[in-house]
Amino acid sequence: MSAAKPLPLNRRQMAWRAAQDIKAGALVNLGMGMPVHVSDYLDAAGDVFIHSENGVIGAGPLAASERADPDLVDASSRRITLRSGASIVDSAWSFAMIRGGHIDVTILGAFEVASNGDLANWDMRVPDKGPLVGGAMDLASGARAVWVIMEHNTRKGAPRLVEACTLPLTGKACVKRIYTDLAVVDVTPSGFLVREVLDGLSREELQKRSAARLAFAADCRPLSAPSLPDTE
Amino acid sequence: MPIDKRVGSAAQALADVEDGATVLISGFGGAGFPNVLIRALRERNLENLTLVVNSATHRYSLTHELIEAGQVRKVVCSAARGREGGLSAFEQLWKDGKIELECLPQGTFAEAIRAGGAGIPAFYTPAGFGTDLTKGKETRRFGNRDYVLEPAITGDLALVRADTADVYGNLTFRFAQMNFSPAMATAARLTIAEVRAVEDAPIAHERVQVPGVFVDRIVRASE
Repeated sequence: MSAAKPLPLNRRQMAWRAAQDIKAGALVNLGMGMPVHVSDYLDAAGDVFIHSENGVIGAGPLAASERADPDLVDASSRRITLRSGASIVDSAWSFAMIRGGHIDVTILGAFEVASNGDLANWDMRVPDKGPLVGGAMDLASGARAVWVIMEHNTRKGAPRLVEACTLPLTGKACVKRIYTDLAVVDVTPSGFLVREVLDGLSREELQKRSAARLAFAADCRPLSAPSLPDTE
Repeated sequence: MPIDKRVGSAAQALADVEDGATVLISGFGGAGFPNVLIRALRERNLENLTLVVNSATHRYSLTHELIEAGQVRKVVCSAARGREGGLSAFEQLWKDGKIELECLPQGTFAEAIRAGGAGIPAFYTPAGFGTDLTKGKETRRFGNRDYVLEPAITGDLALVRADTADVYGNLTFRFAQMNFSPAMATAARLTIAEVRAVEDAPIAHERVQVPGVFVDRIVRASE
């Protein structure tokens, strides 16, 4: 009988893992989808400020429905609250903040990341649907660090870590770090460098599920996360 | 004559807008959509409008009414996708080749409008370099990075939404209502603001978020 297959991280666990690497005092922009959950796992004492592209600096938790204000929204049109010390600016100033290198980290979802750091996360070539780029390209080119949270493989099993992106690019050579359900991977000048591998998963299996060569850090550790309910 | 930028109705404020106008429209995520002005613009039944708006259609915005009514020739935006399911009014017309689209990264969109209002004809940005969205655009290397030359955006008309105004056209905003309004107000030949309330007294200078110099007409949103 073979050993039980290790359970990949769920979406909340991936967000939790990324949150562990955010430094106290950082200004962080979170993309739509999985990345927004990162804010649930930040150390409250760490005074992290969440930037939202519509000009909110210091977004707090979602507003309770009776307190929700239609004028206080984040980049995903969710009604939010403000944390202490928050401020709000206009869109031109918000993107000056992004483009000017004032955002410490942006965490984005992605379809594919290439071993040189190329990012594809905005256009899946769905026929007839209009393009939606939003602030993704500005964030990819302007934030001081671009991290990605994505499942290691598509639902059909295709690897998302690739030698060259097949989907339209969001930015060239911009991704620094990737959190997947199977690994934590850095993008280095010599390609992908695995920092953590899912506890119980072999390096060979991780390589098999990737479409680019993986190198493993000398201090490569097992990846695990506390038990958390998955997102709906 | 003392300055008083108040106008009796949205229809009156829009009376001299012409066919073919380029119209900048504020709003993001449900905050700051000038929906009273958008509806009044639709009722003017103009043709060949170009809309400069962050989302071609948004569930809290009335831009879809202008698009469905066939009044729009072109949309400049950063988001042209309808909600899940079928195609939006915009997507249907775009697919049929009846409406033109220019999609820009949102920061480029915002900065192009800011530049337009600030007398800067074009600017270099790193956003979108090497992607399909900037194909064919002039590029230039500064230091060790590549940049794309993006032209400024100006318009004939800006429609913005604010919280309060005074007779001088000074504006204040609630929370994230501001978004594109300050930049858009600077970039059009005629700027009309719809507001929740007009203050009787001048707004204190330190509360003014857009100075009246950029605002030509004020309309109260609730008649």
